[in-house]
Amino acid sequence: MNARIRLAALASLTMLVALIVASTYWQAWAAPDLANKSDNSIQQISEFTIDRGRIFAADGTTLAKNRIVHNSGRTYYFRRYPLGSLTAAAVGYATQTRSRAGLELSANDYLTGADQTLAGAIKQIGDRLLGTTIRGSDVYTSLNLEAQRIATQALGSNCGAAIAIEPSTGRVLALVTKPTYNPNDVEGHYDRILRINSPSCKGSSALLDRATQGLYPPGSAFKVVTAAAALDSGRFTPSSIFHDPGYCIEYGQKVNNYTNPDQLGPEAFGTLSLATGFQNSVNSVFCNIGKALLMPTLMNYARRFGFDQTPSIDLPSNALAISGLYKGTRLLSPREENQYGDPGRTAFGQSLLLVTPLQMAMVAATVANNGKEMQPHLVDRVRRSNGDIVRIKPQMLGQPIKPETAIELTQMMESVVSGGTGTAAAIPGVRVAGKTGTAENGIGQPNTTWFISFAPADAPRVAVAVVLQNQTGTGGTTAAPIAREIMQAILSSAPNSNS
Amino acid sequence: MSARTRELAILILVGLITVTGFASVYIARQNEISAGSLSYAGFFFALYLIAHLVGRLTVPDADPYLLPMAALLTGVGLTEIYRLNPTDALRQGLWVVIGVAGFAVTLIALRHDFRRLESYKYLFGLSALALLFLPALPKIGHSINGARLWVRVGPLQFQPGELGKIAMIVFLAAYLHSKQEVLALGRLKDFGPLLAIWGCAMLVLVATHDLGSALLFFGIFLAILYLATSRLLYVGVGTALFLVGSAGVYETTAHVRSRVIIWLHPWTTQAIPCPTRGGQLMQRQECESFQLVKSLYSIAQGGFTGTGLGKGTFSVPNGNTLIPDLKTDFIFSALAQELGLVGIAALLLVLMLFVVRGFRIALLVDDGFSKLVCAGLTFGFALQTFIIIGGILRLIPLTGITLPFISYGGSSVVANFILLAGLLLVSQRANEAR
Repeated sequence: MNARIRLAALASLTMLVALIVASTYWQAWAAPDLANKSDNSIQQISEFTIDRGRIFAADGTTLAKNRIVHNSGRTYYFRRYPLGSLTAAAVGYATQTRSRAGLELSANDYLTGADQTLAGAIKQIGDRLLGTTIRGSDVYTSLNLEAQRIATQALGSNCGAAIAIEPSTGRVLALVTKPTYNPNDVEGHYDRILRINSPSCKGSSALLDRATQGLYPPGSAFKVVTAAAALDSGRFTPSSIFHDPGYCIEYGQKVNNYTNPDQLGPEAFGTLSLATGFQNSVNSVFCNIGKALLMPTLMNYARRFGFDQTPSIDLPSNALAISGLYKGTRLLSPREENQYGDPGRTAFGQSLLLVTPLQMAMVAATVANNGKEMQPHLVDRVRRSNGDIVRIKPQMLGQPIKPETAIELTQMMESVVSGGTGTAAAIPGVRVAGKTGTAENGIGQPNTTWFISFAPADAPRVAVAVVLQNQTGTGGTTAAPIAREIMQAILSSAPNSNS
Repeated sequence: MSARTRELAILILVGLITVTGFASVYIARQNEISAGSLSYAGFFFALYLIAHLVGRLTVPDADPYLLPMAALLTGVGLTEIYRLNPTDALRQGLWVVIGVAGFAVTLIALRHDFRRLESYKYLFGLSALALLFLPALPKIGHSINGARLWVRVGPLQFQPGELGKIAMIVFLAAYLHSKQEVLALGRLKDFGPLLAIWGCAMLVLVATHDLGSALLFFGIFLAILYLATSRLLYVGVGTALFLVGSAGVYETTAHVRSRVIIWLHPWTTQAIPCPTRGGQLMQRQECESFQLVKSLYSIAQGGFTGTGLGKGTFSVPNGNTLIPDLKTDFIFSALAQELGLVGIAALLLVLMLFVVRGFRIALLVDDGFSKLVCAGLTFGFALQTFIIIGGILRLIPLTGITLPFISYGGSSVVANFILLAGLLLVSQRANEAR
């Protein structure tokens, strides 16, 4: 019988070995995946026992700090946001009941000290064994609080967003969305946030970051992309001559200029150059460019700027929207462009185009930076608990347009502010380049207005995109003054030494 | 060094480990519990000293490693139960006292020759059946988490199936030992008892709604049948019959079906109707598989080294628990979080060593009945461990049986101490004959 007993023993031991293998799978192999599950309350609660890193503005002002709570023999670190709603869109929140958003989510590895080097990781295991509280890394953002305040004020009770980027580095200097919420309310007073309702934008959430997640028709602001495609492809120059009878013929139908509230000057310009058409936002000129370039060329340039892709920025991907051609809520694939796209109307930013303020700010910043597109980012540097400083280096995303194209576009955009549709953005003594946009949402419906700009045009330090929903005015009268205030706030602050 | 002296030396080592465990729980949670917790370790050690002395008198030559390993497993379990809820630990401590008493009584009663049990085999068979079906009785039977495994009389609540398992092993060993030659012939009419027992296992399954118990009983039966007859064919046919029967129960019993679905797909991305919440739409991990998924998170949270005893996360900061039934069915996931892979692997190795020693005794002892009892008890121990931990680790569908020596629960502790006494008695017989 002993041979049979040996077989039974072998079977028993095999079962127990299988248990060791399965434990290894869950505790070593699958553990990182499980830690990231959104319903993993054990991971989330245990992270509150970590002395979470603080978040600072560029000038060192604290944006997020910890409130220490002792309960059932353990120390918990809960979040406080001393400035309340001012930086809510960028910083987000970290709570027990509603998980995380903003940098609190995307920079969680830094803030919980999980971004460690090998030596740091070994020290952390030691801390865990000894029961020492784990200290996260502090995150220093590029946010300019003065610009943040000015933008918040200037947007007022409007429904809209503003974003400011440093063109040479991609550092995000301001990120504001209105209406916004107080992150301190997320844990205990979520109902307050749900009740926030701006009269100018009914039924939309204060938690939506309109700067990165809001999709709006770009209107004439998209003419910067169209002009970039026209010039960079070599098909047109700023002095290319167009004939404007007050409309453009597309598919045998008239596309009239008078429906464009953005346009300055007479309804029909007659003979004019591309540069004059850009300065006065003449739709027929861009409609004809679109018809000449056709959808693939137009959209290929848009893609070079980042359209059709999740924007590359250090915010959570669930708070980022993709700019591109939409049919309903569905993003069209490049193969569907020709089928549904209307090149004449797309060229002046109507038809199926929907964009985020972030994407439009990246377009302006790319023109400002000689055609080189930098990756926008909020985290400037990280200070580990041992005092080590990790600097986040600026990354170039690509070069969508040639430097010569950027120079020509800059001149055309300067003419918009010096004597075109965007004169309200002019700053005395500073050369400002910009482009207005006034997108229609249907006859008799309020407009979505835009202004994208950068300054100083000869040595750019800031690129801005401002969007406002439900406006009766134009981009030039509503958004341009807000962009001007934000640019002024940034230009008047000292240039950041560590960039 | 004699076997018993060796046992004492290892027991002292186990006592030190238990003291360390209680001390680390005390250090981690000292603003909640008093230093009196350390007296648990002392009390515990005294208890095992008594068990050791009874062993010295009754089974002087028996295996010296089994009792210390059982002590270590109960010590680890008690420490974790204490860490989760000190009141429960007091009760569990009392059950360990009763368990050690059962251990002593078994050793003393059967010290001359346990083989006389063989002649009472039908008594054991009947009591096994009675114990198995007790929870199915209308008044006293009681369901927990859909599995009808409990009997509740007044304030007392126990799982009679735990003792039924041991009675059944004794019956099967005796019965199959006497019918060994006949069955080995493999005549068709001899399959009668096999079919009868298969029917019983299925009835247990239907009555208790618990796939785990049915699997355990039928697995033990097949193992002893194979050991007695040497026919792997029986195991094959039996397994096939069991699968057919299980498939039938799966079709007819919603609880069993739900357990299998949870096992296969614990996470859903879509919200689906939740049967326990009146069809409310929610993801499965928030509904039916809540417990399994939270337990997996607990295990994963432990990682390699664990959080340390007393430092795991089992409740939200306001004190509400995160995982239901932590101290009974899910004690393993609590231990996995606090001891980590290192601790869990060590624990599983101790369980493996226990099984190895058990089978070693079965190899050494010279008569068929003793071999069958010993191998049957050991195999049952291993299979039970596999079924409960395998369920928690999602190797098989989750069921509601207990983890030997470690889980909170009186019937389980008492039954396992009697099992330990049985193994020592067989071991004494094997060693004194040489």
